[in-house]
Amino acid sequence: MSFVDLNNICVSYDGKTNILEGLNLSIEKGELVSLLGPSGCGKTTTLRVVAGYIDPRGGELMVDGEDFTKIAVHKRNFGIVFQSYALFPHLSVKDNVAFGLKMRKMDKAQIDRKVDDMLAICGLSEYKDRLPRQMSGGQRQRVALARALVIEPKLLLLDEPLSNLDAKLRIQMRVEIKRLQKQLGITTIFVTHDQEECFSISDRVAVMNQGVIEQYDTPEHIYTNPKTEFVARFIGFENFISATKQADHIYQAGDTRFHVDALHEGNDVKMTIRPDDIRIVTEAGDNCIEGTVIVRTFLGKSYQYEMKTPLGTLVVNGDGTTVYETGDTCKLCLPSHKIVLV
Amino acid sequence: MRRYKGLTIFSILVFLFLFLPLVIIAVTAFNSQPTIQFPISGFSTEWFGKAIASESFRKAFLLSIQIALLATLLALLVGVPIAYTLSRYSLRGKKLIKSFFLSPTIIPGIVVGYALFQYLVIKMRFPVYQGLLFGHFLVVLPYIIRVVGGSLEQFDFSIEEVAWSLGCDKWRAFFKVVLPNISSGIISSFLLAFINSFNNIPVSMFLSGPGITTLPATLMSYVEYNFDPTVSAVSVLLMLATVLIMFAVEKTLGISALAK
Repeated sequence: MSFVDLNNICVSYDGKTNILEGLNLSIEKGELVSLLGPSGCGKTTTLRVVAGYIDPRGGELMVDGEDFTKIAVHKRNFGIVFQSYALFPHLSVKDNVAFGLKMRKMDKAQIDRKVDDMLAICGLSEYKDRLPRQMSGGQRQRVALARALVIEPKLLLLDEPLSNLDAKLRIQMRVEIKRLQKQLGITTIFVTHDQEECFSISDRVAVMNQGVIEQYDTPEHIYTNPKTEFVARFIGFENFISATKQADHIYQAGDTRFHVDALHEGNDVKMTIRPDDIRIVTEAGDNCIEGTVIVRTFLGKSYQYEMKTPLGTLVVNGDGTTVYETGDTCKLCLPSHKIVLV
Repeated sequence: MRRYKGLTIFSILVFLFLFLPLVIIAVTAFNSQPTIQFPISGFSTEWFGKAIASESFRKAFLLSIQIALLATLLALLVGVPIAYTLSRYSLRGKKLIKSFFLSPTIIPGIVVGYALFQYLVIKMRFPVYQGLLFGHFLVVLPYIIRVVGGSLEQFDFSIEEVAWSLGCDKWRAFFKVVLPNISSGIISSFLLAFINSFNNIPVSMFLSGPGITTLPATLMSYVEYNFDPTVSAVSVLLMLATVLIMFAVEKTLGISALAK
């Protein structure tokens, strides 16, 4: 049994359609796990079940060996940070952070000490008498984090906490969150739809689609070895070619026979490859097909080509050495170790 | 900045149209003759003395204040939870419930008054005071629900959810986090409801009884049979009270709190 176990969680708002269908998830102590997926995939619902805002229709939530399924929100002792930060507008930064400790009837000196420590850790000491509306987005976000962490929660739940920040601040804050999380060793669930953000911060990632977890693995594994077409598409694989198995490592697509390093049990599979991994070559060789440029897009460091091939349209990122014009024909090589089978 | 002369003149005219009758009433209160006339024939403060000394006006004034306060407080006790439920949860038929609660503001007052008279006095045989109070409570409830509901629409309920996660049960979270953030709505709804109850004529007319009449109803029946400036004097006193209250509100909360 892990530190956190979601067993067979079912959620339905209207009693007919299921938002979550028998969801299972295990999280080890001290881990940061992300729930990644497009909007409407059930990631926020999952988080709200863990937080206790939603009563699941079925299944159980175990935390630290205890059944939390029926425990009220205010008795769970989980810290939560929302996308809107949800600071108490009528309280100063200090009182926002002290709120949870006051509810615990701690004595005043102890509260002051804990709040001061937490404000220092989060770099907020100089703002402690300000009201939330007098602070910037990044600062508010830190207050929300400090408020959730100061109660020494069993679990930290983050619901898209970085979505309201601008790009630069977002990167800065995700490093900060990671630092605090490791420093305090706190088990964390992080909900996001941004794969880069999620890969950079997580120990493990659960990619969700329509109420089920499609793949639960380390960011590295998911990045290189997506298990389903949905996961592959979501993390940037844009080319999907239907193929049939001839033998282990040999797949036939159209008239071309491909050598693939990966193994897959199925006979009818899809070969998928990132636009970056297709190479444009001059000499025909193994795993090569011919393509004609239909659309060229400038990406900055190079050009992206949409290529018409006998196997359908493929998206290819050029390496920048040779530039092709619309209508040009060239040879495309799909390296055997870059092809993923789903 | 460019001035629009026509618009300025128009505004002044509208302002005068609204304001002059009040000025005239105020002036007539100081007439030395026992008639309401303008301009006045001599200066006297006799009618103020008479208004204050009048037992029936004093009693009616105190009753009006009492009814308005009690009705408003009752309406807050009932209306705030209703407004909270309506904006917090997605209920089936929410729109219908909302329009039901707001309907007394749309239905003519005289109809509401008559309906309440039929039901409370004739059918239920309510005692006069309780009947009057209940009638006023019904009249002001929509204002509370409307204004407090408006404040709650602006409120981010994830704030309340965070409070739960920090160890507040639902009641404490409401009082510690929700209420302080809708206080301006509560205060403006209170004033609005209070003024509406204090001004109300149709419902009061139907639900009044011997010895239990509100001030506007008393004034109405007084002008029916008398033509001396006592009513003008009472009006001046009421205007003064209103100005004082508004001044106090402006000094403590700012008028903008009422506009929210």
